[in-house]
Amino acid sequence: MIVVSVVASVLLAVAAVLAIVRLERGPSMLDRTVAFDVLTTTLVGAIAIEAAWSRRTETIPILVVLALVGFVGSVVIARFASVEPEGEGRIRTAEEVAAEEAERQAALETERESVTDAEHHGGGANGEVR
Amino acid sequence: MEDQGFWVTVADVVAAVCLLLGAFFSFSAGVGVLRFGNLLARMHAVAKPQVLGLILLLTGVALRLHSWPATTMLALVVIFQLLTSPVAAHMVGRAGIRTGKVSENDLEVDELTNPPR
Repeated sequence: MIVVSVVASVLLAVAAVLAIVRLERGPSMLDRTVAFDVLTTTLVGAIAIEAAWSRRTETIPILVVLALVGFVGSVVIARFASVEPEGEGRIRTAEEVAAEEAERQAALETERESVTDAEHHGGGANGEVR
Repeated sequence: MEDQGFWVTVADVVAAVCLLLGAFFSFSAGVGVLRFGNLLARMHAVAKPQVLGLILLLTGVALRLHSWPATTMLALVVIFQLLTSPVAAHMVGRAGIRTGKVSENDLEVDELTNPPR
């Protein structure tokens, strides 16, 4: 039984690694969903092999939960996140991040300078104070 | 007593075969999801070999455990998988077609853009 468990575990581990490679490559969100589905089911299989090897039943409820949660994940992504704006999935370079940060700082600075109303210089209080 | 031991051994051997076959099918799903060229082919790898592999793995576990409560829960997992896997595959495929991630050259029959009469 130990040999069977080891061989099956190795097969499942290779499957999980291949799914992770696809998860990283993409190219679209839906491909990642599909790869994540494989990963979840492989996890279910790994827990099942552990239960079969040790003849213990404590881990079986985890399988039920994983089977349901994996489904919810892929359906939610397919329903709500399948439309990807152009270029959003890309990791920005350091220069782009720095440029965006500088732009944000400049906008903040001009906003701060444009605020010159009386309230900010100790103007009189409006309304009745009880 | 002797007889019972024999049947336990038989169940263990069948369970071992089921576990190995199930792990192999899961492995083939992993290979498919990495190697296949387009979204719908990858979806096929998830929807079919993966579910068969999982059913075989869980059958192996049930044969090893000899426990009715555990077997009931494993049957529940299989039922959930059989119910949810087609739904998930359908939603992924529909979202893929609607967002233009499926090229028309990959399709033999395109009933969504050319409905049959």
